[in-house]
Amino acid sequence: MVTPVSVKHTEAGDEALLQQALAIAQSVVDPELPFLTIEDLGILRSVALHEGRVVARVSPTYTGCPAVSVIEQSVLNALTDAGIDATVERVISPPWSTDMITETGRQKLLDNGISPPESVDGRESDVFFTRRVVNCPRCGSDHTEMVSEFGSTPCKSQYRCRDCREPFDHFKCH
Amino acid sequence: MTAHAADTSLVPVLIQIADDHLILGHRLSEWCGHAPMLEEDLSMPNMALDLIGLARQLYTYAAALEGKQRSEDDLAYLRSDREYRNCLLVERDNVDFAHTMLRQFYFASFMKPFWHSVLNSTNDTLASIAAKAEKEVAYHVRHSGEWVIRLGDGTEESARRMRGAVEALHPYTGEMFVVDGHRTQLVADGVLPEIEPVRAAWQNTIDQVFNEAGLVVPEVEYPLLGGRDGRHTEAFGYLLAELQYMQRAYPGAQW
Repeated sequence: MVTPVSVKHTEAGDEALLQQALAIAQSVVDPELPFLTIEDLGILRSVALHEGRVVARVSPTYTGCPAVSVIEQSVLNALTDAGIDATVERVISPPWSTDMITETGRQKLLDNGISPPESVDGRESDVFFTRRVVNCPRCGSDHTEMVSEFGSTPCKSQYRCRDCREPFDHFKCH
Repeated sequence: MTAHAADTSLVPVLIQIADDHLILGHRLSEWCGHAPMLEEDLSMPNMALDLIGLARQLYTYAAALEGKQRSEDDLAYLRSDREYRNCLLVERDNVDFAHTMLRQFYFASFMKPFWHSVLNSTNDTLASIAAKAEKEVAYHVRHSGEWVIRLGDGTEESARRMRGAVEALHPYTGEMFVVDGHRTQLVADGVLPEIEPVRAAWQNTIDQVFNEAGLVVPEVEYPLLGGRDGRHTEAFGYLLAELQYMQRAYPGAQW
């Protein structure tokens, strides 16, 4: 158990604490996509001081994603371990969308063999049996096919590339 | 957002909608490990996760508005059958894959236009919940709708099963559109959407898919109702026994 450090309530002290807390929160990773930080995912809404306490606000990705509570706990643990008196709040408005994934985040997905989501405008159409073209993250080919719209986590669907023959995950547009 | 007196009128409706999602989510999760193929073994628990996640949000919101110190777990695990307000459709047995996909298709095709309209709700929390739900349910409509078409327009056996599912389940669909005493004022206040445009959108989706599937939309002589008043079918008791067993046997158990 770490005892929270007492912070002098000067503006400079507050600012330093905030910067430290922000850096810590930003570096927390997603348990299911551990190469992505919550900053990359775009779910860290804000880090602020409220009555001397750090409040980190995080948005859930998918409504039922089990990673959501793990991420909130990880943020709280990371801040507490650094001796910061903190709470984590869940914010559902405005809702998170895959458009909030940063450019760095998208590149990291690609580097890890997951094709990144399209922009929200590119969401799947409502027409049955039609699917948007997804490029293979390994060879770049657009000669791919969907294996299953549902994958190992709520955010991914499964594809295979007909050119390089590799299976891959696609991060669904949300 | 702070709760005020008027908000408590929303509680019974939140519980109706949450119950629909919890119970259908539980039904889908029964397929885990038993699906006809690996992809479906992923898809049904995935959809179940969406539904149960949404139920949790709605229960949590209902519990906060209600202010009786009940938690989402109290609402999900510690009510008796007569206290559940889900529509009967979602509690019907899985029977086979055709029944399961048709039940999903009926429900998702209703929730999609419903959540879409809730985006404009005068209640901000509900509108925020709808923003995610609307995107997730679109996957459910597409997935289940495509299976209704594949099976209805498939082999003699798959078509026979899908026709059987339509005959068994269609009479339960009317309950989704009932605007009861809990809802009337909320609709007038713009918290909940007008039901007729939602019903029209639903009917349109059903007609389109049934047409492609070679299925006939049946006339319903006697709509089967009761869930919204806590009168459930026999199948519900067994479902609840399984759902609640752990919390009843080991009260307060956590893991």
